[in-house]
Amino acid sequence: MTITAPGQAAAGAAAAPTVAIQGRGPWRLAWDRLRRDPAAIASAAVIVLIVAAAVAAPAVAHAVGHGPNDQYPDVGLTTAGLPVGPSRRFLLGTDNLGRDLLVRVLYGARISLLVGVAATLLATVAGVVVGLAAGYFSGLVDLTLARFMDVVLSFPYLLFAIALVSVHGPSLAITILVIAFFSWAAIGRIVRGQTLSIREQEYIEASWSVGSGAARVMFVEILPNLLAPVIVLATLLIPTAIVFEATLSFLGLGVAPPTATWGGMLSDSLAFYQVAWWFPLFPGLALLALTLAFNLLGDSVRDALDPAGWRTVIG
Amino acid sequence: MGASQDGDALLRLRDVVKHFPVGQRRVGATADVVHAVDGVSLEVRRGETLGLVGETGCGKSTLARCATRLLALTSGRVVFDGHDITALSRRQLRPFRREFQMVFQDPYGSLNPHRRVGSIIGDPLTVHGLADGSAGRRRRVQEAMELVGLNPEHYNRYPAEFSGGQRQRIGVARALVLRPKLLVCDEPVSALDVSIRAQIINLLADLQRELDLTYLFISHDLSVVRQVCDRVAVMYLGKLAEVAPVADLYRRPRHPYVAALLSAVPVPDPDLSDRRQRIILAGEVPTPVHPPAGCRFHPRCPKARRRCVDQAPELVPRGGDEARHVTACHFPVEPGDDLALPHPPIDQPGQDAGDDLAPVAGGGR
Amino acid sequence: MLRFLAHRLLLGLVVLWIVSVAVFVLFFVTPHDPARLIAGRLATPQTVALVNHRLGLDRPLPDQYGGFVWRALHGDLGYSYYSSAPVRQLLASRLPVTVSLVLGAAVLWLVLGVGVGVAAARRPRSVTDRAGTVFVLTGLSMPTFLVGLLLIYFLFFRLHLAGVDLFPAGGYVPLSQDPAGWAQHLLLPWITLAVVIAATYSRLTRSSLLEVLGQDYIRTARSKGLSEERVVYRQGLRSALTPVVTQLGIDIGGLLGGVIVTEQVFGLPGLGQLAWQSVTNQDLPVIIGTVLIASLFIVVANILVDLSYAFLDPRVRLA
Repeated sequence: MTITAPGQAAAGAAAAPTVAIQGRGPWRLAWDRLRRDPAAIASAAVIVLIVAAAVAAPAVAHAVGHGPNDQYPDVGLTTAGLPVGPSRRFLLGTDNLGRDLLVRVLYGARISLLVGVAATLLATVAGVVVGLAAGYFSGLVDLTLARFMDVVLSFPYLLFAIALVSVHGPSLAITILVIAFFSWAAIGRIVRGQTLSIREQEYIEASWSVGSGAARVMFVEILPNLLAPVIVLATLLIPTAIVFEATLSFLGLGVAPPTATWGGMLSDSLAFYQVAWWFPLFPGLALLALTLAFNLLGDSVRDALDPAGWRTVIG
Repeated sequence: MGASQDGDALLRLRDVVKHFPVGQRRVGATADVVHAVDGVSLEVRRGETLGLVGETGCGKSTLARCATRLLALTSGRVVFDGHDITALSRRQLRPFRREFQMVFQDPYGSLNPHRRVGSIIGDPLTVHGLADGSAGRRRRVQEAMELVGLNPEHYNRYPAEFSGGQRQRIGVARALVLRPKLLVCDEPVSALDVSIRAQIINLLADLQRELDLTYLFISHDLSVVRQVCDRVAVMYLGKLAEVAPVADLYRRPRHPYVAALLSAVPVPDPDLSDRRQRIILAGEVPTPVHPPAGCRFHPRCPKARRRCVDQAPELVPRGGDEARHVTACHFPVEPGDDLALPHPPIDQPGQDAGDDLAPVAGGGR
Repeated sequence: MLRFLAHRLLLGLVVLWIVSVAVFVLFFVTPHDPARLIAGRLATPQTVALVNHRLGLDRPLPDQYGGFVWRALHGDLGYSYYSSAPVRQLLASRLPVTVSLVLGAAVLWLVLGVGVGVAAARRPRSVTDRAGTVFVLTGLSMPTFLVGLLLIYFLFFRLHLAGVDLFPAGGYVPLSQDPAGWAQHLLLPWITLAVVIAATYSRLTRSSLLEVLGQDYIRTARSKGLSEERVVYRQGLRSALTPVVTQLGIDIGGLLGGVIVTEQVFGLPGLGQLAWQSVTNQDLPVIIGTVLIASLFIVVANILVDLSYAFLDPRVRLA
């Protein structure tokens, strides 16, 4: 029983034209778009610069001969005990304890970057796993997990963070954990929503009919669809985490002094801004630059990955 | 298409029932139930192509998913190749999944847009641990691609780079890579352009010969089914109306519903078409939540009588038909019946509550 | 509808309960010694023990929690370890300050954020839009305290040096006492809070409005000859504002816990500052009180948002 269809060539109908059209996958396309975006290039450059500066912090400290916590009351403070301004010895001036501001700003970059990236990574992994599980399994699992996420999102986070950190004492690990804990639920909720709708697609059913189990469907079928929004969310989470850390440090609850943090420096500078403009300026500028750069990059990444897309989902 | 002698049954369905709860489950309230499949018994014999036909919502897709155990049955049995797979767990089912596979309807929805085609086709190999290394898997995937008429060099492309017909071939390749015995095709050509349909149907025919396959072919399109199937089963509202070898069904349908369906199939010859009797059924398909009592078709049937409300007809051979031609009807179509004429409505004081149809009107114009 | 309300209230109570347990556990599982803090550094062990006993801190933990819950249900939130003032009174006295701050800032950020968002959406990719984007990104990148610092520096300090005393650097004047002074003292804090948040709203409004304006029914409205103003504001904005309202509810609910920094920078005696002090003093009753109030606001805000959603969008079923 063969049906003849008009003008049908044999299997040749299925072969692609011999012209070498190299198909570009969606990631390649996104990368090309990103490469051509001036905002993305600029912000990436700034980030790379700051990262390089952070990495080079010990080298710089060695070069100028001042450690980040070394106080120089005799040359670093005026006779009245106030910070000295930018000079040849102290390129960015000193702080209220006569410490080299340049070195401290560089070391502060390490903290901000470390906390920002680490907290984001943790939050993203947790959010994706929980969101996937909630969306895929539905039923009781989904109910519990979704409620759990709601509860976490209902916590007055800053208040809680302060309580937690102050009771435990400030530390780097606690800061990272706190920030991660209060950020993961936002990602989890979005991942859950996406998973719920992806789950209805026919290719998920096809995967089941082939014999795939839950883990395979979640991580091989559903996750690739989520990668784009998750990447955008994560990139935009980093500046939030950085600001969160700066706020905690500002309140004295981030990493313990005398470790240099931008937030801590800004807090210390409060009493001196009228006489030492450089004291709040440089840490403030650094913080602004890093955060702005990540925000710009996140925006560009979102535009590159899905120009039309899920803007209203992520906002 | 293919040999259809009385070989043993590869797939046997016994009184399969599948009900879905309607809406949210609320504590205490008895939920309404969708009677998607309400007692279907069917056999698919080795080497044959069995067609499963019906309108949207008649339950054929649900039945197919019950047969492949993508759904759990409410009651009934599914026996595949002699093994009862009705109540097996997912893990226990896994070895069976190598023996039967499904081809899906939507060429755009059935392939994950974010995965490469080679990876999609190779899925069954990975899941069942049958790929000997990535090179081995690649080889087998490319074999499957050649088998369905795709260029094996396109192994690394994404589905979006293929046309609808090609994507359907990819779906077939995925189904075949493990060399199963049974393929359940759920409307495999419905979403394709008419000119492409022929290609895919030819492909399926060729593959059946080459690989010794058995098909359960689901469709709502009677003209396709006629070309493709050895036997045909027609479903209405969750039950079988008629099952017969294809030539018999099209030449002499016994169930009024089937007769009406066939009268609507387009016929190329305009003279023939004019002379043909169009049977237009009254009313619409009732909701499967509250199916009519007795014979489900009775509210729309031009031959309905009292008995049709009181007693559901059995699926047995009727007056003079051979054993393989079974019909579920008390008053099957006889030669000379004019189904287009209006008929006196049966009086039905016993009409079920919840049956939201108007009283039976005459069929016909 | 009633079922929905009851369901959400129940959920809210569960949340509050979990929060209270969490705070309790947090406090007692970690090293702390409020008694010593109160008694003073030079106190003898006997004094400390006495204080401990008076505060009830030497009783078993479930006992303390049970006592707390019992009293709380009667409206008694206990007494501050630090000042011995009833917690309820402390909360009540600080509440108006924080509410003034948040509501005033909310008005400001709504006007600013939605305004910029609408302007950007009406002329996508134009100069207005680009400027809006810059505004958004800058706002998003600034921690609240930085904005506060900048404002203080430029609008207080500089002006002060120039002899203009328009904006005070901090402090609070009750509305009932002096409306003008109230507003004057709150102006800088309002701007501080509003700028950062307006950025998010601007982005949200823009994307939401853009999506709505792309719909067919907007095209129909335009082709009917309606003025652009009418199309954008009456037809478009109504649908586009749904996510904004959602966000507003969430923000106001959450902000009450988050104004700590602003109150700190501007010396406003609100709930935020109270929370901060109570944590520094390890003043458990006050900590719990502030955390509970903040959670309460979040829960209430969420419920109101869900309700308004149902009104705004007829497609939403409350089931």
